[in-house]
Amino acid sequence: MKSRRINRLEAIGALMVAVLLIVAIFAPQIAPHDPSRAVAATFGDPGAPSLAFPLGTDQLGRDVLSRIIYGARISLIVGVAAMALTMAIGVTIGLASGFFGGSIDFMLMRFTDVMLSLPFLLLAMALVAVLRPSLITILFVIGIVSWTQVARVVRAETLSISERDFVFAAKALGAPARRLIVRHVLPNVLPIIVVMAALGTSGTLLLEAALSFLGLGVPPPAPSWGRMVAEGTMYFRTAPWLATSAGLAIFYAVLGFNLLGYGALQRRAR
Amino acid sequence: MLLYLARRVFFGAAVLIGTTIITFCLAFVIPADPAVAMAGAKADPQTLAAIRHQLDLDQPLYIQYAHYVDRALHGDLGRSYVRRESVTHLIASRFPATALLAVTAVLLSLIIGIAMGTVAAAYRGRAVDNTLLVVSLGLVSMPVFWLGTILLIVGGLYLHSFPLGGMTGPLSLVLPAITLALGSAGYYSRILHTNLADAMEQEYVRTARGKGLSATRVIVRHAMANAMLPLVTIAGLDLASMFSGVVLTETVFNWPGIGRLAYEAVFNLDIPLIMGIVLFSAALIVIANLAVDLLYLWLDPRIRLTAIAR
Repeated sequence: MKSRRINRLEAIGALMVAVLLIVAIFAPQIAPHDPSRAVAATFGDPGAPSLAFPLGTDQLGRDVLSRIIYGARISLIVGVAAMALTMAIGVTIGLASGFFGGSIDFMLMRFTDVMLSLPFLLLAMALVAVLRPSLITILFVIGIVSWTQVARVVRAETLSISERDFVFAAKALGAPARRLIVRHVLPNVLPIIVVMAALGTSGTLLLEAALSFLGLGVPPPAPSWGRMVAEGTMYFRTAPWLATSAGLAIFYAVLGFNLLGYGALQRRAR
Repeated sequence: MLLYLARRVFFGAAVLIGTTIITFCLAFVIPADPAVAMAGAKADPQTLAAIRHQLDLDQPLYIQYAHYVDRALHGDLGRSYVRRESVTHLIASRFPATALLAVTAVLLSLIIGIAMGTVAAAYRGRAVDNTLLVVSLGLVSMPVFWLGTILLIVGGLYLHSFPLGGMTGPLSLVLPAITLALGSAGYYSRILHTNLADAMEQEYVRTARGKGLSATRVIVRHAMANAMLPLVTIAGLDLASMFSGVVLTETVFNWPGIGRLAYEAVFNLDIPLIMGIVLFSAALIVIANLAVDLLYLWLDPRIRLTAIAR
Protein backbone atom coordinates (compact mmCIF):
# COMPACT_ATOMS: atom_id res chain seq x y z
CA MET A 1 0.00 0.00 0.00
CA LYS A 2 1.38 3.38 -0.90
CA SER A 3 1.14 5.96 1.78
CA ARG A 4 0.72 9.52 0.61
CA ARG A 5 2.13 10.95 3.79
CA ILE A 6 5.60 12.36 3.58
CA ASN A 7 7.92 10.51 5.93
CA ARG A 8 10.55 11.99 8.18
CA LEU A 9 13.49 11.30 5.86
CA GLU A 10 11.79 13.11 3.02
CA ALA A 11 10.87 16.02 5.26
CA ILE A 12 14.45 16.47 6.50
CA GLY A 13 15.80 16.08 2.97
CA ALA A 14 13.32 18.60 1.58
CA LEU A 15 14.23 21.06 4.31
CA MET A 16 17.97 20.64 3.61
CA VAL A 17 17.46 21.12 -0.12
CA ALA A 18 15.25 24.15 0.49
CA VAL A 19 17.93 25.79 2.64
CA LEU A 20 20.49 25.05 -0.07
CA LEU A 21 18.24 26.64 -2.69
CA ILE A 22 17.68 29.74 -0.60
CA VAL A 23 21.41 30.12 0.05
CA ALA A 24 22.16 29.75 -3.66
CA ILE A 25 19.47 32.18 -4.81
CA PHE A 26 20.16 34.85 -2.21
CA ALA A 27 23.94 34.40 -2.16
CA PRO A 28 24.64 38.14 -2.77
CA GLN A 29 22.41 39.09 0.17
CA ILE A 30 23.67 36.38 2.54
CA ALA A 31 27.40 36.36 1.82
CA PRO A 32 29.26 38.79 4.08
CA HIS A 33 31.99 39.48 1.48
CA ASP A 34 32.78 39.35 -2.21
CA PRO A 35 33.79 35.70 -2.85
CA SER A 36 36.45 36.43 -5.47
CA ARG A 37 38.11 39.44 -3.84
CA ALA A 38 40.90 39.53 -1.28
CA VAL A 39 39.26 41.02 1.79
CA ALA A 40 41.79 40.14 4.47
CA ALA A 41 45.45 41.05 4.69
CA THR A 42 47.45 37.96 3.84
CA PHE A 43 51.06 37.01 3.36
CA GLY A 44 50.28 34.01 1.23
CA ASP A 45 48.92 32.08 4.19
CA PRO A 46 45.30 31.26 5.00
CA GLY A 47 43.80 33.22 7.91
CA ALA A 48 42.31 31.49 10.93
CA PRO A 49 38.56 31.72 11.65
CA SER A 50 37.59 34.92 13.46
CA LEU A 51 34.50 37.02 14.15
CA ALA A 52 34.87 38.90 10.88
CA PHE A 53 35.57 35.70 8.90
CA PRO A 54 33.76 32.82 10.64
CA LEU A 55 35.39 30.14 8.45
CA GLY A 56 38.69 31.94 8.01
CA THR A 57 40.22 33.18 4.79
CA ASP A 58 42.09 31.30 2.09
CA GLN A 59 45.65 31.73 0.84
CA LEU A 60 44.57 34.71 -1.31
CA GLY A 61 42.79 36.44 1.56
CA ARG A 62 39.29 35.60 0.31
CA ASP A 63 36.48 34.93 2.78
CA VAL A 64 35.85 31.17 2.90
CA LEU A 65 32.25 31.46 4.13
CA SER A 66 31.32 33.74 1.22
CA ARG A 67 33.02 31.37 -1.21
CA ILE A 68 31.08 28.43 0.15
CA ILE A 69 27.81 30.38 -0.12
CA TYR A 70 28.52 31.32 -3.74
CA GLY A 71 29.78 27.78 -4.39
CA ALA A 72 26.23 26.56 -3.77
CA ARG A 73 25.25 28.33 -7.00
CA ILE A 74 27.78 26.51 -9.17
CA SER A 75 27.04 23.16 -7.55
CA LEU A 76 23.28 23.51 -7.92
CA ILE A 77 23.40 24.86 -11.47
CA VAL A 78 25.67 22.06 -12.64
CA GLY A 79 24.00 19.41 -10.48
CA VAL A 80 20.44 20.21 -11.50
CA ALA A 81 21.12 20.93 -15.17
CA ALA A 82 23.21 17.76 -15.52
CA MET A 83 20.46 15.82 -13.76
CA ALA A 84 17.89 17.24 -16.20
CA LEU A 85 20.02 16.10 -19.13
CA THR A 86 20.56 12.71 -17.48
CA MET A 87 16.83 12.30 -17.01
CA ALA A 88 16.03 13.44 -20.55
CA ILE A 89 18.35 10.82 -22.05
CA GLY A 90 17.57 8.08 -19.53
CA VAL A 91 13.80 8.50 -19.63
CA THR A 92 13.69 8.62 -23.43
CA ILE A 93 15.77 5.47 -23.79
CA GLY A 94 13.97 3.69 -20.95
CA LEU A 95 10.49 4.55 -22.27
CA ALA A 96 11.30 3.62 -25.86
CA SER A 97 12.96 0.40 -24.77
CA GLY A 98 10.20 -0.70 -22.41
CA PHE A 99 7.29 0.38 -24.60
CA PHE A 100 8.36 -0.83 -28.04
CA GLY A 101 10.27 -3.91 -26.88
CA GLY A 102 11.65 -6.26 -29.54
CA SER A 103 14.67 -5.19 -31.52
CA ILE A 104 14.48 -1.55 -30.38
CA ASP A 105 14.65 -2.74 -26.79
CA PHE A 106 17.48 -5.11 -27.61
CA MET A 107 19.61 -2.47 -29.34
CA LEU A 108 19.02 0.21 -26.71
CA MET A 109 19.74 -2.10 -23.80
CA ARG A 110 22.94 -3.43 -25.36
CA PHE A 111 24.01 0.19 -25.86
CA THR A 112 23.19 0.80 -22.18
CA ASP A 113 25.27 -2.26 -21.24
CA VAL A 114 28.21 -0.85 -23.15
CA MET A 115 27.89 2.51 -21.42
CA LEU A 116 27.51 0.78 -18.03
CA SER A 117 30.72 -1.15 -18.52
CA LEU A 118 32.73 2.00 -19.21
CA PRO A 119 34.40 3.64 -16.20
CA PHE A 120 32.22 6.74 -15.99
CA LEU A 121 34.55 8.96 -13.95
CA LEU A 122 37.46 8.25 -16.27
CA LEU A 123 35.29 8.83 -19.32
CA ALA A 124 34.04 12.12 -17.86
CA MET A 125 37.60 13.19 -17.02
CA ALA A 126 38.84 12.41 -20.51
CA LEU A 127 35.94 14.19 -22.21
CA VAL A 128 36.19 17.29 -20.01
CA ALA A 129 39.96 17.45 -20.48
CA VAL A 130 39.56 17.24 -24.24
CA LEU A 131 36.65 19.66 -24.59
CA ARG A 132 38.21 22.11 -22.07
CA PRO A 133 36.44 22.65 -18.72
CA SER A 134 33.55 25.11 -18.76
CA LEU A 135 30.10 25.17 -17.19
CA ILE A 136 28.49 23.86 -20.38
CA THR A 137 31.01 21.08 -21.11
CA ILE A 138 30.89 19.83 -17.54
CA LEU A 139 27.13 19.52 -17.30
CA PHE A 140 26.98 18.07 -20.80
CA VAL A 141 29.62 15.43 -19.99
CA ILE A 142 28.05 14.53 -16.63
CA GLY A 143 24.71 14.16 -18.41
CA ILE A 144 25.99 11.78 -21.06
CA VAL A 145 27.87 9.51 -18.67
CA SER A 146 25.24 9.11 -15.95
CA TRP A 147 21.92 8.23 -17.63
CA THR A 148 22.34 4.43 -17.68
CA GLN A 149 20.77 3.65 -14.31
CA VAL A 150 17.78 5.88 -15.06
CA ALA A 151 17.23 4.14 -18.39
CA ARG A 152 17.19 0.72 -16.73
CA VAL A 153 14.77 1.68 -13.97
CA VAL A 154 12.42 3.54 -16.32
CA ARG A 155 12.47 0.60 -18.74
CA ALA A 156 11.51 -1.86 -15.99
CA GLU A 157 8.69 0.40 -14.81
CA THR A 158 7.46 0.99 -18.38
CA LEU A 159 7.44 -2.75 -19.04
CA SER A 160 5.16 -3.44 -16.11
CA ILE A 161 2.83 -0.54 -16.91
CA SER A 162 2.57 -1.38 -20.61
CA GLU A 163 1.11 -4.74 -19.55
CA ARG A 164 -1.78 -3.14 -17.66
CA ASP A 165 -5.35 -3.37 -18.89
CA PHE A 166 -5.89 0.35 -19.37
CA VAL A 167 -2.97 0.49 -21.79
CA PHE A 168 -4.35 -2.50 -23.72
CA ALA A 169 -7.75 -0.84 -23.74
CA ALA A 170 -6.33 2.40 -25.13
CA LYS A 171 -4.41 0.40 -27.72
CA ALA A 172 -7.56 -1.45 -28.71
CA LEU A 173 -9.30 1.87 -29.20
CA GLY A 174 -6.65 2.66 -31.79
CA ALA A 175 -4.59 5.21 -29.89
CA PRO A 176 -1.28 5.90 -31.65
CA ALA A 177 2.00 5.04 -29.91
CA ARG A 178 2.77 8.67 -29.17
CA ARG A 179 -0.53 9.14 -27.38
CA LEU A 180 -0.17 5.86 -25.51
CA ILE A 181 3.24 6.86 -24.21
CA VAL A 182 2.44 10.47 -23.37
CA ARG A 183 -1.07 10.02 -21.96
CA HIS A 184 -0.99 6.58 -20.40
CA VAL A 185 2.51 5.28 -19.72
CA LEU A 186 4.44 8.44 -18.82
CA PRO A 187 2.07 9.69 -16.08
CA ASN A 188 2.40 6.31 -14.35
CA VAL A 189 6.16 6.20 -14.69
CA LEU A 190 6.43 9.77 -13.39
CA PRO A 191 6.63 8.95 -9.65
CA ILE A 192 9.70 6.77 -10.11
CA ILE A 193 11.19 9.43 -12.39
CA VAL A 194 10.86 11.99 -9.61
CA VAL A 195 12.59 9.66 -7.16
CA MET A 196 15.36 8.96 -9.66
CA ALA A 197 15.75 12.70 -10.21
CA ALA A 198 16.36 13.33 -6.51
CA LEU A 199 18.82 10.44 -6.20
CA GLY A 200 20.35 11.40 -9.55
CA THR A 201 21.05 14.93 -8.38
CA SER A 202 23.12 13.62 -5.50
CA GLY A 203 25.11 11.63 -8.06
CA THR A 204 25.65 14.57 -10.41
CA LEU A 205 26.64 16.80 -7.47
CA LEU A 206 29.27 14.27 -6.40
CA LEU A 207 30.56 13.88 -9.94
CA GLU A 208 30.83 17.65 -10.38
CA ALA A 209 32.67 17.92 -7.06
CA ALA A 210 35.02 15.09 -8.06
CA LEU A 211 35.80 16.67 -11.42
CA SER A 212 36.44 20.03 -9.86
CA PHE A 213 38.60 18.41 -7.16
CA LEU A 214 40.70 16.91 -9.96
CA GLY A 215 41.08 20.34 -11.54
CA LEU A 216 38.50 19.68 -14.26
CA GLY A 217 35.70 21.78 -12.79
CA VAL A 218 34.22 25.16 -13.63
CA PRO A 219 37.32 27.34 -14.08
CA PRO A 220 38.32 29.97 -11.49
CA PRO A 221 37.55 32.55 -10.20
CA ALA A 222 34.07 31.01 -9.81
CA PRO A 223 34.13 29.40 -6.36
CA SER A 224 33.50 25.66 -6.60
CA TRP A 225 33.47 23.33 -3.59
CA GLY A 226 35.51 20.52 -5.10
CA ARG A 227 38.36 22.84 -6.06
CA MET A 228 38.23 24.45 -2.61
CA VAL A 229 38.85 21.01 -1.07
CA ALA A 230 41.75 20.46 -3.47
CA GLU A 231 43.28 23.86 -2.66
CA GLY A 232 42.67 23.27 1.02
CA THR A 233 44.65 20.02 1.03
CA MET A 234 47.76 22.03 0.16
CA TYR A 235 47.37 23.87 3.46
CA PHE A 236 45.96 21.13 5.63
CA ARG A 237 48.95 21.25 7.92
CA THR A 238 48.34 24.87 8.85
CA ALA A 239 44.72 25.49 7.86
CA PRO A 240 42.61 22.32 8.11
CA TRP A 241 39.39 24.38 8.06
CA LEU A 242 39.77 25.12 4.34
CA ALA A 243 39.33 21.54 3.13
CA THR A 244 36.98 20.59 5.95
CA SER A 245 34.39 23.33 5.43
CA ALA A 246 34.16 22.98 1.65
CA GLY A 247 33.85 19.20 1.97
CA LEU A 248 31.09 19.59 4.53
CA ALA A 249 29.20 21.76 2.07
CA ILE A 250 29.36 19.00 -0.59
CA PHE A 251 28.36 16.40 1.98
CA TYR A 252 25.38 18.52 3.11
CA ALA A 253 24.08 19.04 -0.43
CA VAL A 254 24.47 15.40 -1.46
CA LEU A 255 22.93 14.12 1.77
CA GLY A 256 19.94 16.44 1.34
CA PHE A 257 19.10 15.03 -2.09
CA ASN A 258 19.78 11.46 -0.95
CA LEU A 259 17.43 11.78 2.03
CA LEU A 260 14.76 13.26 -0.22
CA GLY A 261 15.09 10.51 -2.82
CA TYR A 262 15.51 7.63 -0.42
CA GLY A 263 12.60 8.79 1.72
CA ALA A 264 10.37 8.87 -1.35
CA LEU A 265 11.58 5.42 -2.35
CA GLN A 266 10.78 4.08 1.10
CA ARG A 267 7.30 5.58 0.96
CA ARG A 268 6.67 3.91 -2.41
CA ALA A 269 7.84 0.56 -1.08
CA ARG A 270 5.45 0.59 1.87
CA MET B 1 22.62 -24.82 -19.63
CA LEU B 2 25.42 -24.68 -22.19
CA LEU B 3 23.22 -22.57 -24.39
CA TYR B 4 22.68 -20.19 -21.50
CA LEU B 5 26.42 -19.89 -20.95
CA ALA B 6 27.04 -19.42 -24.66
CA ARG B 7 24.48 -16.60 -24.73
CA ARG B 8 26.16 -14.94 -21.77
CA VAL B 9 29.60 -15.13 -23.34
CA PHE B 10 28.21 -13.84 -26.62
CA PHE B 11 26.60 -10.83 -24.91
CA GLY B 12 29.83 -10.13 -23.06
CA ALA B 13 31.77 -10.17 -26.31
CA ALA B 14 29.18 -7.89 -27.95
CA VAL B 15 29.52 -5.38 -25.12
CA LEU B 16 33.29 -5.45 -25.48
CA ILE B 17 33.03 -4.76 -29.21
CA GLY B 18 30.81 -1.81 -28.34
CA THR B 19 33.40 -0.46 -25.94
CA THR B 20 36.16 -0.74 -28.53
CA ILE B 21 34.05 1.39 -30.86
CA ILE B 22 33.62 4.00 -28.14
CA THR B 23 37.28 4.07 -27.14
CA PHE B 24 38.20 4.25 -30.82
CA CYS B 25 35.88 7.24 -31.24
CA LEU B 26 37.46 8.83 -28.17
CA ALA B 27 40.70 9.19 -30.11
CA PHE B 28 38.87 11.19 -32.76
CA VAL B 29 37.10 13.55 -30.40
CA ILE B 30 40.52 14.62 -29.23
CA PRO B 31 41.67 17.53 -31.36
CA ALA B 32 45.40 17.00 -30.81
CA ASP B 33 47.25 15.44 -33.76
CA PRO B 34 48.90 12.26 -32.48
CA ALA B 35 51.82 12.66 -34.86
CA VAL B 36 52.52 16.17 -33.54
CA ALA B 37 52.08 14.89 -29.98
CA MET B 38 54.76 12.27 -30.59
CA ALA B 39 57.26 14.21 -32.66
CA GLY B 40 56.85 17.63 -31.10
CA ALA B 41 55.58 20.88 -32.59
CA LYS B 42 58.76 21.60 -34.56
CA ALA B 43 58.90 18.30 -36.47
CA ASP B 44 59.31 18.52 -40.25
CA PRO B 45 56.55 17.29 -42.58
CA GLN B 46 58.45 14.14 -43.59
CA THR B 47 58.77 12.96 -40.00
CA LEU B 48 55.08 13.67 -39.38
CA ALA B 49 54.12 11.75 -42.51
CA ALA B 50 56.33 8.84 -41.44
CA ILE B 51 54.72 8.72 -38.00
CA ARG B 52 51.24 8.97 -39.48
CA HIS B 53 52.07 6.08 -41.74
CA GLN B 54 53.49 4.09 -38.85
CA LEU B 55 50.28 4.72 -36.82
CA ASP B 56 48.01 3.86 -39.78
CA LEU B 57 46.66 7.42 -39.67
CA ASP B 58 46.83 7.60 -43.48
CA GLN B 59 44.47 4.64 -43.82
CA PRO B 60 40.67 4.81 -44.03
CA LEU B 61 38.84 4.74 -40.67
CA TYR B 62 37.48 1.20 -40.89
CA ILE B 63 40.95 -0.20 -41.59
CA GLN B 64 42.34 1.78 -38.66
CA TYR B 65 39.59 0.33 -36.49
CA ALA B 66 40.22 -3.21 -37.72
CA HIS B 67 43.92 -2.84 -36.97
CA TYR B 68 43.13 -1.40 -33.55
CA VAL B 69 40.90 -4.35 -32.61
CA ASP B 70 43.36 -6.83 -34.07
CA ARG B 71 46.21 -5.36 -32.01
CA ALA B 72 44.05 -5.17 -28.88
CA LEU B 73 43.19 -8.85 -29.26
CA HIS B 74 46.90 -9.59 -29.34
CA GLY B 75 47.41 -7.64 -26.14
CA ASP B 76 48.92 -4.63 -27.90
CA LEU B 77 47.21 -1.42 -26.79
CA GLY B 78 49.70 0.92 -28.43
CA ARG B 79 52.43 3.08 -26.96
CA SER B 80 52.01 5.92 -24.52
CA TYR B 81 52.82 9.24 -26.23
CA VAL B 82 54.29 10.72 -23.10
CA ARG B 83 55.93 7.80 -21.35
CA ARG B 84 57.09 6.12 -24.58
CA GLU B 85 56.26 2.74 -23.12
CA SER B 86 53.85 0.01 -24.12
CA VAL B 87 50.38 0.72 -22.68
CA THR B 88 49.85 -2.96 -21.88
CA HIS B 89 53.07 -2.98 -19.94
CA LEU B 90 52.17 0.20 -18.03
CA ILE B 91 48.76 -1.17 -17.07
CA ALA B 92 50.22 -4.52 -16.06
CA SER B 93 52.84 -2.87 -13.86
CA ARG B 94 50.24 -0.72 -12.06
CA PHE B 95 47.53 -3.35 -11.79
CA PRO B 96 48.75 -5.22 -8.67
CA ALA B 97 48.64 -2.06 -6.51
CA THR B 98 45.08 -1.27 -7.60
CA ALA B 99 43.97 -4.89 -7.25
CA LEU B 100 45.31 -5.03 -3.70
CA LEU B 101 43.52 -1.82 -2.77
CA ALA B 102 40.25 -2.78 -4.49
CA VAL B 103 40.05 -6.30 -3.07
CA THR B 104 40.81 -5.07 0.45
CA ALA B 105 38.23 -2.32 0.11
CA VAL B 106 35.50 -4.62 -1.21
CA LEU B 107 36.08 -7.15 1.58
CA LEU B 108 36.07 -4.39 4.18
CA SER B 109 32.91 -2.83 2.79
CA LEU B 110 31.18 -6.21 2.71
CA ILE B 111 32.04 -6.83 6.36
CA ILE B 112 30.84 -3.38 7.46
CA GLY B 113 27.83 -3.40 5.14
CA ILE B 114 26.64 -6.88 6.14
CA ALA B 115 27.07 -6.09 9.82
CA MET B 116 25.13 -2.83 9.53
CA GLY B 117 22.41 -4.30 7.34
CA THR B 118 21.87 -7.33 9.57
CA VAL B 119 21.71 -5.35 12.79
CA ALA B 120 19.34 -2.85 11.18
CA ALA B 121 17.06 -5.66 9.99
CA ALA B 122 17.12 -7.36 13.40
CA TYR B 123 15.98 -4.14 15.07
CA ARG B 124 13.57 -3.23 12.33
CA GLY B 125 11.52 -0.09 12.93
CA ARG B 126 13.33 0.75 16.14
CA ALA B 127 15.78 3.51 16.99
CA VAL B 128 18.84 1.39 16.04
CA ASP B 129 17.38 0.76 12.60
CA ASN B 130 16.65 4.43 11.97
CA THR B 131 20.08 5.52 13.18
CA LEU B 132 21.80 2.99 10.93
CA LEU B 133 19.67 4.14 8.01
CA VAL B 134 20.82 7.72 8.46
CA VAL B 135 24.44 6.60 8.99
CA SER B 136 24.41 4.55 5.80
CA LEU B 137 22.91 7.43 3.80
CA GLY B 138 25.62 9.64 5.31
CA LEU B 139 28.33 7.22 4.17
CA VAL B 140 26.89 7.13 0.66
CA SER B 141 26.77 10.94 0.52
CA MET B 142 30.38 11.46 1.52
CA PRO B 143 32.66 12.71 -1.27
CA VAL B 144 35.46 10.08 -1.47
CA PHE B 145 38.23 12.61 -1.99
CA TRP B 146 37.11 14.60 1.04
CA LEU B 147 36.83 11.54 3.28
CA GLY B 148 40.33 10.53 2.17
CA THR B 149 41.68 13.99 2.91
CA ILE B 150 40.13 14.04 6.38
CA LEU B 151 41.46 10.56 7.19
CA LEU B 152 44.87 11.67 6.00
CA ILE B 153 44.77 14.77 8.22
CA VAL B 154 43.58 12.89 11.30
CA GLY B 155 45.48 9.60 10.90
CA GLY B 156 48.66 10.92 9.32
CA LEU B 157 49.13 14.45 10.63
CA TYR B 158 47.58 14.47 14.07
CA LEU B 159 47.89 10.86 15.23
CA HIS B 160 51.10 10.14 13.28
CA SER B 161 49.84 6.54 13.05
CA PHE B 162 49.76 6.24 9.28
CA PRO B 163 52.05 7.29 6.45
CA LEU B 164 51.03 10.41 4.51
CA GLY B 165 50.34 8.58 1.29
CA GLY B 166 52.30 6.33 -1.03
CA MET B 167 52.55 2.55 -0.91
CA THR B 168 55.13 1.81 1.75
CA GLY B 169 53.86 -1.17 3.70
CA PRO B 170 50.80 -2.82 5.18
CA LEU B 171 50.05 0.28 7.25
CA SER B 172 49.84 2.48 4.16
CA LEU B 173 46.96 0.34 2.86
CA VAL B 174 44.68 1.06 5.83
CA LEU B 175 43.49 4.61 5.14
CA PRO B 176 42.96 4.28 1.36
CA ALA B 177 41.07 1.01 1.87
CA ILE B 178 38.79 2.59 4.49
CA THR B 179 38.22 5.59 2.23
CA LEU B 180 37.22 3.40 -0.66
CA ALA B 181 35.18 0.99 1.48
CA LEU B 182 32.93 3.29 3.51
CA GLY B 183 30.80 4.55 0.63
CA SER B 184 30.09 1.04 -0.68
CA ALA B 185 29.51 -0.20 2.87
CA GLY B 186 26.64 2.26 3.27
CA TYR B 187 25.23 1.15 -0.05
CA TYR B 188 25.53 -2.58 0.73
CA SER B 189 23.89 -2.15 4.12
CA ARG B 190 20.88 -0.45 2.47
CA ILE B 191 20.52 -3.21 -0.10
CA LEU B 192 20.90 -6.00 2.43
CA HIS B 193 18.43 -4.28 4.75
CA THR B 194 15.79 -4.04 2.00
CA ASN B 195 16.33 -7.64 0.91
CA LEU B 196 16.27 -8.95 4.46
CA ALA B 197 13.07 -7.04 5.13
CA ASP B 198 11.53 -8.71 2.06
CA ALA B 199 12.82 -12.13 3.03
CA MET B 200 11.45 -11.75 6.55
CA GLU B 201 7.93 -11.48 5.13
CA GLN B 202 8.24 -14.84 3.37
CA GLU B 203 6.45 -17.96 4.50
CA TYR B 204 9.55 -20.03 5.18
CA VAL B 205 10.94 -17.38 7.51
CA ARG B 206 7.63 -17.23 9.36
CA THR B 207 7.74 -21.00 9.68
CA ALA B 208 11.23 -20.81 11.13
CA ARG B 209 10.05 -18.14 13.54
CA GLY B 210 7.05 -20.32 14.41
CA LYS B 211 9.37 -23.19 15.28
CA GLY B 212 10.59 -20.94 18.06
CA LEU B 213 13.99 -20.02 16.59
CA SER B 214 15.52 -16.78 17.79
CA ALA B 215 15.45 -13.71 15.54
CA THR B 216 19.23 -13.78 15.09
CA ARG B 217 19.21 -17.42 14.06
CA VAL B 218 16.37 -16.88 11.63
CA ILE B 219 18.16 -13.98 10.01
CA VAL B 220 21.55 -15.64 9.82
CA ARG B 221 20.46 -19.12 8.78
CA HIS B 222 17.31 -18.53 6.77
CA ALA B 223 16.65 -15.02 5.55
CA MET B 224 20.30 -14.23 4.79
CA ALA B 225 20.66 -16.98 2.21
CA ASN B 226 18.21 -15.22 -0.11
CA ALA B 227 19.08 -11.68 0.85
CA MET B 228 22.76 -12.14 0.06
CA LEU B 229 22.27 -12.99 -3.61
CA PRO B 230 21.84 -9.47 -4.98
CA LEU B 231 24.72 -8.37 -2.79
CA VAL B 232 26.99 -10.88 -4.51
CA THR B 233 26.16 -9.35 -7.87
CA ILE B 234 26.76 -5.83 -6.73
CA ALA B 235 29.97 -6.59 -4.88
CA GLY B 236 31.31 -8.49 -7.89
CA LEU B 237 30.58 -5.59 -10.20
CA ASP B 238 31.93 -3.13 -7.66
CA LEU B 239 35.19 -4.99 -7.53
CA ALA B 240 35.54 -4.58 -11.26
CA SER B 241 34.43 -0.96 -11.37
CA MET B 242 36.66 -0.14 -8.40
CA PHE B 243 39.65 -1.09 -10.50
CA SER B 244 38.87 1.94 -12.60
CA GLY B 245 37.03 4.06 -10.06
CA VAL B 246 39.89 4.35 -7.61
CA VAL B 247 41.11 7.45 -9.43
CA LEU B 248 40.11 9.78 -6.58
CA THR B 249 41.40 7.63 -3.73
CA GLU B 250 44.67 6.93 -5.48
CA THR B 251 45.10 10.62 -6.25
CA VAL B 252 44.52 11.64 -2.63
CA PHE B 253 46.82 8.95 -1.21
CA ASN B 254 49.39 9.01 -4.00
CA TRP B 255 48.79 5.28 -4.45
CA PRO B 256 50.79 3.94 -7.43
CA GLY B 257 47.92 2.17 -9.18
CA ILE B 258 45.91 2.41 -12.39
CA GLY B 259 43.79 5.26 -11.04
CA ARG B 260 46.78 7.56 -10.73
CA LEU B 261 48.03 6.38 -14.11
CA ALA B 262 44.65 7.34 -15.59
CA TYR B 263 44.74 10.72 -13.87
CA GLU B 264 48.16 11.47 -15.34
CA ALA B 265 47.08 10.17 -18.76
CA VAL B 266 44.09 12.53 -18.80
CA PHE B 267 46.21 15.54 -17.91
CA ASN B 268 48.83 14.71 -20.52
CA LEU B 269 46.09 13.94 -23.09
CA ASP B 270 47.96 10.68 -23.59
CA ILE B 271 45.35 9.16 -25.88
CA PRO B 272 46.60 5.55 -26.24
CA LEU B 273 46.96 5.29 -22.48
CA ILE B 274 43.45 6.69 -21.84
CA MET B 275 41.98 4.35 -24.48
CA GLY B 276 43.90 1.42 -23.02
CA ILE B 277 42.77 2.00 -19.45
CA VAL B 278 39.13 2.54 -20.47
CA LEU B 279 39.15 -0.65 -22.53
CA PHE B 280 40.94 -2.60 -19.81
CA SER B 281 38.44 -1.65 -17.11
CA ALA B 282 35.50 -2.29 -19.44
CA ALA B 283 36.91 -5.78 -20.04
CA LEU B 284 37.19 -6.30 -16.29
CA ILE B 285 33.55 -5.34 -15.82
CA VAL B 286 32.40 -7.67 -18.60
CA ILE B 287 34.40 -10.53 -17.08
CA ALA B 288 33.03 -9.74 -13.61
CA ASN B 289 29.50 -9.79 -15.06
CA LEU B 290 30.10 -13.25 -16.47
CA ALA B 291 31.65 -14.46 -13.23
CA VAL B 292 28.64 -13.19 -11.28
CA ASP B 293 26.27 -14.98 -13.66
CA LEU B 294 28.17 -18.22 -13.10
CA LEU B 295 28.22 -17.71 -9.35
CA TYR B 296 24.46 -17.21 -9.45
CA LEU B 297 23.97 -20.51 -11.21
CA TRP B 298 25.87 -22.18 -8.45
CA LEU B 299 24.26 -20.28 -5.56
CA ASP B 300 20.64 -20.34 -6.59
CA PRO B 301 19.14 -23.61 -7.88
CA ARG B 302 16.04 -21.77 -9.14
CA ILE B 303 18.12 -19.82 -11.63
CA ARG B 304 19.86 -23.03 -12.66
CA LEU B 305 16.48 -24.57 -13.49
CA THR B 306 15.23 -21.66 -15.59
CA ALA B 307 18.59 -21.52 -17.33
CA ILE B 308 18.29 -25.14 -18.31
CA ALA B 309 14.70 -24.68 -19.38
CA ARG B 310 15.70 -21.90 -21.76
